[in-house]
Amino acid sequence: MKLKKWAIMALSIVTAVSLAACSSDKGASTDAKGVGFKEKIEKRGKFIAGVKFDSNLFGFKDPADQTVKGFEVDLMKEFTKRTFGDVNMLELKEVTSKTREKMLTSGEIDVIAATMTITPKRKETADFSRVYFLAGQALLVKKGSPIKDVKDLNGKQVGTAKGAVSGKNLKAINKDAVVKEYSNYAEAFQALRGGIIDAVTTDDGILAGMAKQDPNYEVVGNRFSKEPYGVAVDKKNKDLLEAMNKFLDDTIKDGTYNQLYKKWFGQDAPKDLPRDAVLELQPGVDG
Amino acid sequence: MDFSKLLEGNTWGILLKGLWVTLEVAVVAIILSFLIGIVLGILRYSKIPVLSQLATLYIEIVRNIPLLVIIFFAFNTLLDKFDSLVVIVIFGMTVFTSALIAEIVRSGLNSIPIGQIEAARAQGMSYVQTLIHIILPQALKRMIPPLVGQFVTLIKDTSLAAAITLPELLHEAKLIYSNPSYVNATIPILLLVALIYFVVNYSLSLLSRQLEKRLAG
Amino acid sequence: MNWDFGFIQEYRTEFIDGFFLTLKVSLTALILSLIIGTIIAIFRISSNKALRAFGTSYVEFFRNTPLMVQVFFFYFGLASIGYKLTDFWIGVLGLSIYTAAFIAEIIRAGIQTVPHGQTEAARASGLSFLQTMFHVVLPQAFKLVVPPMCNQFINLVKNSSILSVIAAQDILYVGEQAISEYDPFSVELFVAALYLIITIPLSQGVNLLERRWAKQGTR
Repeated sequence: MKLKKWAIMALSIVTAVSLAACSSDKGASTDAKGVGFKEKIEKRGKFIAGVKFDSNLFGFKDPADQTVKGFEVDLMKEFTKRTFGDVNMLELKEVTSKTREKMLTSGEIDVIAATMTITPKRKETADFSRVYFLAGQALLVKKGSPIKDVKDLNGKQVGTAKGAVSGKNLKAINKDAVVKEYSNYAEAFQALRGGIIDAVTTDDGILAGMAKQDPNYEVVGNRFSKEPYGVAVDKKNKDLLEAMNKFLDDTIKDGTYNQLYKKWFGQDAPKDLPRDAVLELQPGVDG
Repeated sequence: MDFSKLLEGNTWGILLKGLWVTLEVAVVAIILSFLIGIVLGILRYSKIPVLSQLATLYIEIVRNIPLLVIIFFAFNTLLDKFDSLVVIVIFGMTVFTSALIAEIVRSGLNSIPIGQIEAARAQGMSYVQTLIHIILPQALKRMIPPLVGQFVTLIKDTSLAAAITLPELLHEAKLIYSNPSYVNATIPILLLVALIYFVVNYSLSLLSRQLEKRLAG
Repeated sequence: MNWDFGFIQEYRTEFIDGFFLTLKVSLTALILSLIIGTIIAIFRISSNKALRAFGTSYVEFFRNTPLMVQVFFFYFGLASIGYKLTDFWIGVLGLSIYTAAFIAEIIRAGIQTVPHGQTEAARASGLSFLQTMFHVVLPQAFKLVVPPMCNQFINLVKNSSILSVIAAQDILYVGEQAISEYDPFSVELFVAALYLIITIPLSQGVNLLERRWAKQGTR
């Protein structure tokens, strides 16, 4: 009977899938104490970094050659090269503000290098490396727009991304602004370009990347938050955190950091980058 | 609007890779949903106390919740257990689709005339024997067209997983047009994506119609 | 598991607004898709070849492409060439155009079950095509199509959750906001329950109707 054959085939696929699911599950969750991350990752043959795929300058996928590029991507490449001796061991997985913490705590990725601001709250779920970029929340608007600062946003629609604190922080200064959260910043920018919203708000670094995409838009307003970016590491991997910190310190010292910074942002890296910092928001807002 | 971008770079390559992920997820999910759906459908049809009611409860609750909610639900609460986006999406789609297939199975079973069942029982066949030898083979035949329809729905619904960055067709398209030099190609790219979905799904529908004709003849 | 339903208090007004937005979008889209669907159904059975071709293409195209792609097309696509609509209307438009394809098929099936003799008799007694449609065929057809139509409305309510992706503040959108601060399991459960409040009565109603009509043997 033909039906039987099909049933057997389907059944074997189910078994195979569930087996594969189980085995990969085990691979990630067996955290034999005492085995350093280096051995673990070398055994796996892959160091997995969660980066943005849609943020110009920091991490974005280039359709021309299908690779992911950006400042944070280059940092992770350099880290992989220096730590494991082979840049090909780096695997990049896409994260968004909404998905990244879940992806890290579940073991999908080893680190997050995705424009992630160090906040006291996030520190409860993950460890953060030293600061590698200092951003501040600002506004992106169409050139010639009457919006010059947060106080001009009364009743205006302002886009940002899900999972980010930018919306709350903005509301703390101007509660009359209407915040709209999208899946990611790229979609918020699309909505701005279409005139559906009046401004996009988030860290100035990301906004600068958008303004570079389309010269009809510009970053305005005083920075109304201090957003230090750090590489997030799962709390179980203290030695990975140490290695990441040492790597960042080293690259800042030997000039590699400045070189990469210049490559992406067209200017020298700030000399006064703090080592430790956390998000500073408007009074009354907790990250 | 800039249609020339469709020929530039690896637009096609990226989209086809996305389509492959879409099809992979949809195929695995439809097979799993089919197996679970058959069991659920038979349970609901069977009138076995408790089990039948449990199946009904599952079916009625799950098919009345948006799939997007189920996918977010799975993503937000189960990623630690499955630790793979693909598995999460397949899981969510299987939970949802198995309930819909259970209903297809049930109406397939209901369409078998009672007389046949009574005749089989009268000849001394057990309930399970009747089910396997008399009812299921006929019911399965009638279920093929709606099952293909469900598969088409699954292929379409995979696009919902773009919201949690599964690298399927729509998501890959979004990554292309959110790029600096491709923003003016948003409409052409979305049109192309719609066309790809259409070609795949319409071929499946045609295939299903052909099958329907052959089975009827 | 740490149950935590504190979010309901904090997001109370948002959830209420979200609930009504979901209802409002679904109802508006239902009305619009009934109108579009009826027109397309009439096209599909009309004797004009061009209209028939248009109707068929409409149904096949929109049934076979994802709603999400259509909504993105309206949202980002139209936006990128300067057409501006609010997210509410983009949601309604996307949902209506998509659902109309399914509704057209239901109506067509309904119309085709009305015996041809009746149509001919109506035409013979001097009614125009449209009059025949509205006074003879459609009233009967609508009765046959009520259950599948209700199912389409349930689908509309479920599909309206797509609005959360274009930042319209429906039930799911509010839930996704609450999740960043509260236990995800509790929040998702509550969100699912809010949808069930709308959809379960509808689906139970359909079941009841079908059972009653089956008993009466109206078919």
